[in-house]
Amino acid sequence: MALPTYAGPLERFWYYAFRFICCLIFFFLIAPIIIMVPLSFNAQPYFTFTTEMLTLNPEGFSLRWYEQLFSSSQWMRSIRNSLFIGVFSTIIATTLGTLAALGLSRSEMPYKGLIMGLLISPMIVPLIISAAGMFFFYSSVNLAGTFPGVILAHAVLGTPFVVITVTATLVGFDNSLTKASASLGADPITTFRKVQMPLILPGVVSGALFAFITSFDEIVIVLFLASVEQRTIPREMWSGIREQISPTILAVASLLVLISIMLLTTLELLRRRSERLRGLSPG
Amino acid sequence: MQQSASEASPNDHMRDGKLVTADGRPLKASLKTAERRRKIIAFAFVSPLLLFLIVSFIVPIGQMMWRSVDNPTIINTLPRTLEAMQDWDGQDVPDEPVFAALREDLAIAQENRRVGPLAVRLNYEISAARGAFTRTARTVADMEPPYKEQFLDAHRLWGNPDIYQIIKREGRPLTASYYVAATDRRYAADGSIEMRAEHQRIYMNLFGRTFAMSAVILVLTMLLGFPIAFWMAHLPMRYANLLMIMVLLPFWTSLLVRTTSWIVLLQQQGVINSSLVNLGIIDTGNRLSLMYNMTGTIIAMTHILLPFMVLPLYSVMKTIPPSYLRAARSLGANNWTAFWRVYVPQTLPGIGAGGVLVFIISIGYYITPALVGGQSGRMISNMIAYHMQTSLNWGLAAALGSMLLISVLILYWAYNKLVGADIKLG
Repeated sequence: MALPTYAGPLERFWYYAFRFICCLIFFFLIAPIIIMVPLSFNAQPYFTFTTEMLTLNPEGFSLRWYEQLFSSSQWMRSIRNSLFIGVFSTIIATTLGTLAALGLSRSEMPYKGLIMGLLISPMIVPLIISAAGMFFFYSSVNLAGTFPGVILAHAVLGTPFVVITVTATLVGFDNSLTKASASLGADPITTFRKVQMPLILPGVVSGALFAFITSFDEIVIVLFLASVEQRTIPREMWSGIREQISPTILAVASLLVLISIMLLTTLELLRRRSERLRGLSPG
Repeated sequence: MQQSASEASPNDHMRDGKLVTADGRPLKASLKTAERRRKIIAFAFVSPLLLFLIVSFIVPIGQMMWRSVDNPTIINTLPRTLEAMQDWDGQDVPDEPVFAALREDLAIAQENRRVGPLAVRLNYEISAARGAFTRTARTVADMEPPYKEQFLDAHRLWGNPDIYQIIKREGRPLTASYYVAATDRRYAADGSIEMRAEHQRIYMNLFGRTFAMSAVILVLTMLLGFPIAFWMAHLPMRYANLLMIMVLLPFWTSLLVRTTSWIVLLQQQGVINSSLVNLGIIDTGNRLSLMYNMTGTIIAMTHILLPFMVLPLYSVMKTIPPSYLRAARSLGANNWTAFWRVYVPQTLPGIGAGGVLVFIISIGYYITPALVGGQSGRMISNMIAYHMQTSLNWGLAAALGSMLLISVLILYWAYNKLVGADIKLG
C-alpha cells in the first residue's frame, strides 16, 4: 500500500489522513489498557494523574497499592479461588472437550451439525440467562455457593472453546498417519499417544488456555452462584468498583494486563509451532 | 445378529451373485455392522460432554424457561375456592359458598405456611394482594359463619371483583401472565389483553433501547473496525502482526479490567475530564458527565467489542486479491468507485459475520452496563438480573430471559447463514 510516486496532492492527503485515523483508532484500542499501569503507582488515592506524576517527581509514585493488594487477605483469597476454580474447570472442560472433538471429527459421526450446535451453545446463550438457569439448577441440587458448583458451571462455559480449537486442529489432520501407525503394529492407544496427540496438542493447549481465561475472567455466573467463600478476582473487582473504589483495583488490573500479555505470547508461539509441525509455513 | 448371519450363510441365495465375507456373512450386512460400530464409537467419544452439557446446561435453561409459564401456587393453595368459583358469574363479589371455601383454604395454607408464596404470587397481578392475603389469613381461624361480611371487613380488596377474576384466571397450572407483563400488556376488566399506558411501558422500551444501543455499537465498531482491518490487510506481514497484537491485547484482557479502565477515564474526576480542565477547554464546574449514562455504556462497549469486528473483517480482507482493485482502476474507475463498487462488496461476508457477532454479544451484555451504565445506560440483562436478585419475581425474569434468548437464537441462525455463505464464496 505504499504511496506511488505519481500520486497527486489529494491522494497524498488521503494517504496520510487514513494513516492518521488508523493510528487514532489503535490509540483508542490500546490506551485505556495501558493507562492503568502508571496510574497504579499513584501515591495518592485518586484515579487521575497528579501534578507530581506529570512532572515525573518520584514523590508522586509509590507501591502502596501493590502492598495493600498483597497484604489483603480478601484479595489473596480471591486470587487463590480464581486459580483453583480456573484450573479444575479447565481440566474438566479440556478432557470432555477434546474427547468430543475427536468423536466429532470422525466422518461417520451422526447428526454432526445438531450436536455441534448443542456443544457450542454455552458460548452463544447470553451469560445472564445461563447464570439464571444454572442458579435454579445448582440450588436444587445444593451445589449453589460451593466450589464444585462454580467449577462445573465454569467447565460448561469453557467446553465450546476446547471443542472449537481441537476440531479446527483435526480438520487438517492427515488420517493416513494413523493408518500408517496401525499398519506398523501400533495399537490404538499407542497411536493416539505417539501420533495423534503430539499433532493436536497445540489445539488442546490453546483450547485449555481459552477455557482457563474464560473461567478466570468470568463474573456473571460467580455473581449468581458463588457465596463469599468462592469470590474470584473479577468478583472482588466488581465489589471494589461498586462499594469502596480504591486504586488497589488498578494494581490488580495492571497485573492482569501483564498476565494477558503473557498468555498472548504463549498462544502466538503455539500457533507458530502448530504451523511448523504441519509444514504450513517454512521456518 | 451374528448368529443369524452365520446360519444364513449356507443358504443358496447368499452365494447367488452376492458377495460374502470370509466368515460367510454377506458383505453388505458385515459393512453395515462395522459402520454402525464406528458410529457408536464416534458417539461414545462425544457422549460424556453431551451428557454433561444436557444435565448441567440445556436442562437448567429449559427449566428456567418453564418457570415463565409455570403457575402451581394458586391451584395448589386454593383448590376449594377455585371449585366453589365455578358457578360465579364473574361480575360482582361472589357469594357465601366461595368465602367459606376461601376461609378453609386460607386456614390450611396458614397452617402449612403457604400464605406467603400465594400472597407474593397474587401481588404480581394486583398490588394490594400481599396485604389482603397475609392479614386475612391471620384471622381466618377465629372466623364464624357467615364469612362474607368478615372478609369484607378484613381488607378492602375483598370488595373488589378484580381479585376474584384474577384468582379464577390464574387458577390454572400454566399462565401467560408473565409474558403479558413482560410485553407491557395487562388484562383489562373484561379479561381481554391490552397495552399499558405509554408511560408504564418499561420492558418493551428497554428491549427497544437495548436493540438501539446494540445497533449504535454495531455501527461504531464497523466505522472504527473497517479502516484498521483494511490497513492491516494491506501492510507487510511483519507490521500487520505487530498491529494484530494491539487488537488482540484488549481481546485477551479481562473484561473487568477494561471496564475499570473506562471508569478511570470517564468519571467526573477521571483522566479525560481532568485533562480537559487542565488544558483549559472546560472549566471545573462543567465537567462532562461521560459515565453512569448511555454515553458511558456505548463508549466502553464499543471498545470491548471492537476486536470481534476487526478479526473477521481482517480474515476476509486478507483473501481479497489486490489485483481486483487494480483491474477496476485500469478499466477507468476512480479510486472511490473502485473501492466502493469492487472492494467493499467483497468484504460483506466479514462485515456480516462480525456485525452479527457484535450484535449478539451486545444485546445480552450485563457487566459493563451494570457498572458504567447508571439508569439510562441499562440494558435488558440488567432488568433480568434485577428480577432475579432484587424483586425475586422469577417468573417475570424467566419470561424476559426467554424473549432475549429467542432473539439471540434467531440472530445466531442468521449468523450461521452468513458464515455459511462466506464459506461458499471462498
